[in-house]
Amino acid sequence: MLATLHSRKGAQLLLGLGMGFGFGFLLQKAGVTTYDVIVRQLLFKDFTVLKVMLSAMVTGMVGVHLLRGLGLAKLHPKPGSAGSTVPGALVFGIGFGTLGYCPGTVVGAVGQGALDALFGGVVGALIGAALFAALYPRLRACVLGKGDFGDLTFPQLFRVPAWRVIVPVVLAVVGLLYWIEVSGL
Amino acid sequence: MRTLAIALALGLSMSWASPALAKGAPPPGPDGQPLGEWVLPEPSGGDPFTMRRWSPYIAGVGIGVLCCLAFLLSDKTIGCSTAFARSAGMIERLFRGTRVDEQPYYQQFKPVVDWEWMLVLGLLLGAAASSWLSGEFALHWVPPLWAARAGADPAARWAVALFGGICLGFGARWAGGCTSGHGISGTLQLAVSSWIAVAGFFVGGIVAAVLLFAVILG
Repeated sequence: MLATLHSRKGAQLLLGLGMGFGFGFLLQKAGVTTYDVIVRQLLFKDFTVLKVMLSAMVTGMVGVHLLRGLGLAKLHPKPGSAGSTVPGALVFGIGFGTLGYCPGTVVGAVGQGALDALFGGVVGALIGAALFAALYPRLRACVLGKGDFGDLTFPQLFRVPAWRVIVPVVLAVVGLLYWIEVSGL
Repeated sequence: MRTLAIALALGLSMSWASPALAKGAPPPGPDGQPLGEWVLPEPSGGDPFTMRRWSPYIAGVGIGVLCCLAFLLSDKTIGCSTAFARSAGMIERLFRGTRVDEQPYYQQFKPVVDWEWMLVLGLLLGAAASSWLSGEFALHWVPPLWAARAGADPAARWAVALFGGICLGFGARWAGGCTSGHGISGTLQLAVSSWIAVAGFFVGGIVAAVLLFAVILG
């Protein structure tokens, strides 16, 4: 039944739209579509971004692995390599810190009326993506495949069942969030 | 003041998670002290849809549930940056015609409307609806923090935002994902690539923000 749903193109586009609506609604209500909140996180003055990301991560981590255990979901870990993941993430970070939004929150910021997000962020990100597409053949030839480690996950790396990683990660995240609250951050 | 805000946020989140708790004794604070008298929010202020802010934990758990739904119902992971690559291809096609489709990158990420593109469209509408309901929607060029440190001139903010946007779009495609695709969907799958990427996002972001605010504008 799920496989049938997955293959229905029109239904999937509608589901994408609906989940995106929920995602945007929650991001806006959390305040993370706001420039000040994101930049103050990067300056360690506001921890809203971290709280949202970590609570989403642990909820999703437990939920998705439960679904997987029940045979209702398949994992899709992204492949990575030293030549793509590391430099790409650092360039992204420079953009993240100077723009003050990321690709999802910049769209949410446009939704709440931020014109710097529209004419700077969205236009810039489109130019950046087009530039990458244009340079892709050359980057692929010289750097992207360097130090390729594929779609490895930590349970595979440590050769342990997934829950042996999930439980400590969830406990560490809950502990960190508790400490953030106690410290009044 | 900050303690009060946290107490309120915790209180609100707990009152939603379990309405029955509200009738009982107030939960103890982190240091064992009660968090103060339990005050149920006013009916108008308590309407979640017109509230400006929800607890980041409520929103985060909600996003985590959405991630699970994406796996279950769509066999997809929530992410935003391929939509930018596909849209860039669609825009390039307007100027350069079907030659765009021959580019190796656009053969891998075809310039078409797909599930993730619709997700990003929905994100725009959801954030618009949320901000409109709470009365927060307002057209503005310069965010308050920027205005306080660098002045209210839109041109300076636009130039820096455009530079940042270009790095963001380029870096996201280089790293193969963004703060959603790697930062949430990837880390929750315990993908090695995503944990490395998210560390890089924040290292780069912190360095850029500190340089900009503490060194250049400081």
